[in-house]
Amino acid sequence: MAVQPQTEFEAALRRQGSSWTRTTSDAFAAAVTEAIETPAVATDLSDWGLDFGDAPVTVDPTPRELLGATTGVTGASLGVSSYGSLLLPSDAKGTEPVSLYPERHVAVVSESDVVEDVPAAFDRLGDEFAEGPKSAVFATGPSATGDMGALVYGVHGPKAVHVIVLTDR
Amino acid sequence: MSDARLKAAEIRHLLETERDAIRENTTHMNRERYDAAARFERYEEARDAARAVKEDAIERLPELIERVRESVEANGGTVYLADDAADANRYIEEVVRDRDAETLVKSKSMTTEELDLNEHLEAAGVDVYETDLGEFVVQVADEAPSHLVGPSLHKSTAAIAELFNAHFDLDEPLETATELTNFARDYLLERIVEADMGVTGANFVLADSGTIVLVTNEGNARKSAVTPDAHVAVAGVEKLIPSVEELEPFTELIARAATGQDYPQYLTMLSPPVDSPTLDFDADVPLSEAAGESDREFHLVLVDNGRTAMREDDQLRETLYCIRCGACANSCANFQHVGGHAFGGETYTGGIATGWEAGIEGLDTAAEFNDLCTGCTRCVNACPVKIDIPWINTVVRDRINRGEDAELDWLVEGLTPDAEPGGMSLQKRFFGNFETVAKLGSATAPLSNWIANAGPARGLMERTLGIDRRRDLPTFERETLRKWFDARGGSRVPLADADREAVLYADPYTNYVQVDRGRAAVRVLEALGVHVRVPEIPESGRAPLSQGMVATADERASAVYGALAEHVDAGRDVVVVEPSDLAMFRREYEKLLPERSYERLSENSYEVLEYVYGLLENGADAGALADGDGRTIAYHSHCQQRTLGLDAHTEAVLDARGYDVLSSTVECCGMAGSFGYKAEYYELSMDVGGDLKSEFAAHPDREIVASGTSCLEQLDALFDEGTRHPVELLDPKRT
Repeated sequence: MAVQPQTEFEAALRRQGSSWTRTTSDAFAAAVTEAIETPAVATDLSDWGLDFGDAPVTVDPTPRELLGATTGVTGASLGVSSYGSLLLPSDAKGTEPVSLYPERHVAVVSESDVVEDVPAAFDRLGDEFAEGPKSAVFATGPSATGDMGALVYGVHGPKAVHVIVLTDR
Repeated sequence: MSDARLKAAEIRHLLETERDAIRENTTHMNRERYDAAARFERYEEARDAARAVKEDAIERLPELIERVRESVEANGGTVYLADDAADANRYIEEVVRDRDAETLVKSKSMTTEELDLNEHLEAAGVDVYETDLGEFVVQVADEAPSHLVGPSLHKSTAAIAELFNAHFDLDEPLETATELTNFARDYLLERIVEADMGVTGANFVLADSGTIVLVTNEGNARKSAVTPDAHVAVAGVEKLIPSVEELEPFTELIARAATGQDYPQYLTMLSPPVDSPTLDFDADVPLSEAAGESDREFHLVLVDNGRTAMREDDQLRETLYCIRCGACANSCANFQHVGGHAFGGETYTGGIATGWEAGIEGLDTAAEFNDLCTGCTRCVNACPVKIDIPWINTVVRDRINRGEDAELDWLVEGLTPDAEPGGMSLQKRFFGNFETVAKLGSATAPLSNWIANAGPARGLMERTLGIDRRRDLPTFERETLRKWFDARGGSRVPLADADREAVLYADPYTNYVQVDRGRAAVRVLEALGVHVRVPEIPESGRAPLSQGMVATADERASAVYGALAEHVDAGRDVVVVEPSDLAMFRREYEKLLPERSYERLSENSYEVLEYVYGLLENGADAGALADGDGRTIAYHSHCQQRTLGLDAHTEAVLDARGYDVLSSTVECCGMAGSFGYKAEYYELSMDVGGDLKSEFAAHPDREIVASGTSCLEQLDALFDEGTRHPVELLDPKRT
């Protein structure tokens, strides 16, 4: 896609080879429809006030459906501008497996949750850990390996990452 | 065959079989590391912060172990502190049996390699699958990892394809890296889906919250840890840091140091048991409902296995700060050529492996590869937690020396006025006492040179001292630098007319062998208005230290300081021609001298071209030095000169004097003092030198210039011509 990055975060996404969409909560379902390759599964994002509408995704899939999916859609609780990293919580609705198993990951992040750099992200994380132990992963770009003698994307995790940035949140 | 011949044969075999893949991979990662460090503004700040966290954490280790036990148990997991490998394996086997687990998937963990956990569990009837692709390759090949980060980086794509095509029943043979990756991914996905248990290592463990931190690029640790409902994390006790607050600098450093990435693809922080739903692929239940039903089990196995003793050992303690990024291996020329199958022990590889293997396995294991560290110090700058890896290698070498049997000591009696106990290697004592050898060689030159180079003598030297007969020996000069200096009546710049006063340190090479560079240095300094003295000062201790003779080096440091202190107090600058000796004054003397003595000497000592640069910057007349007149040269700086950041001074001075300078990008000539003389390492030394030879051979019209004695000897061997020191190019009396 030929979209020019408008923010540092988007510029970092471009450097790592990821794509992105800027949209609002109202246009969320349409953005998802455009970003996914079917079959697609998703975690429930109703607690973010987001509705998948008529986007062709299976929300809250079974493990079998997850295994058969090409795209997984999840929320990300934080974005990091410097490297285009996303913080994916290891939560009960399955953000970890849904972001990991399918070969395409579509991450949804609120623009207000995008912080400048790693120290700023760790400030936020420190506050969260102060409330109790947390589990989450910083994911930066696609899964990759050089172990077979050349760089290959898409090993145990996604081959491609697309980020939906919600500008109204 | 003798030990030396066996070692030489082992190295020759690895050069033939694994060198190409290792060199390509390690040099690539090393270049990427330089770039990644240069991009990161807070690099040095982060290194200091990470170092401080590790120092503090190891200091408070017993407290952190108790704290993590409380936090993991509060989260609902279990902590087991294993004394040794057998204890850890027994506990993990119990966990496996309690769960009736038949198959388990593992993410990469050097600590489980240390335990031989796979072998132990397989003997107990459990199917173990490595899911990191590099580990998977070495598991299929039944080989040991050759690198901390890239266990299979000694294998090319073609070699892996050959392995897989022979091992697996495939419809179509695999060929490309993508095909191999896709095959391994699909094969391992099936194993992950059916696994009863996941085993991971931990890059860091956060004591306050009971959090396991895993750094991966593939995502296999994420899958292994959370797909099955039982997770065992195995970590050395040294992985503990207090809390998430201390984690940040490591996350910025670890991938940069390892592979040159700004940040790891996946930085996983798990405070198990996690809320994530376990994946039962047979149950037709949505994920959110499975999460409520799952009954996750978590065990953190903290492994001691010698680490408490390392913590109490003032010299080995620093090893525990290691975050196992492999930068010391990637930055090491010897490693780039032979890899971890030679430069490594039972488990660990590269420079830092000496510390790990000495602490965990013992000196015998460390002794097998410790000599491959030449003390060049490039890993010191590469290490993200600033571990003095060459020092650990030196100390371990010293301990190995002290453990050996005494037999042929009479052969080097008289040549070895050292402080070492009887019993250490004859070869090491010979090289460690080079000053005495040089003094005698010079006094009896040219006879000594003829005898030494005669066939029978070379055979004897090879058999008794392990000096390879293919290597040219240094030619001793009858007129030493000090004799020449005295004969010309001392300094030609009277003290009354001098702008500065300097002591030229006549190291044994400059005094007895490379006398021309010493004469040139005197004339260059005088041309810039310096009153020069060339007093008799003992050898710096570099030679014995490089052989692990720490007590002798310590005595030399005191003697050198004693001989130079009055000069320093009189305001005289100490000018050093040989970069490895300056590195002694600036680096190692910190460990050998009282702090004030070290500071006084190191602050007043300069590499000769660094000094010239300073004189010119302060208004000395550059026109008094020889004019390069556009002549083209190929310049090779010295390893320790580079790590001290002094290569630029030489380049700047030569450039200012009109030389057209091409500097080598190959960092190491492969000679490294005595290393290239030793029969067991001669071929490796020449192989490493081959990189520099290729680079300079492309510029046959350029005169070759080098700052270090060893580099100069190696370049002479590679190019068969008279390599000169840069100061000789500035000599106003140059003919």
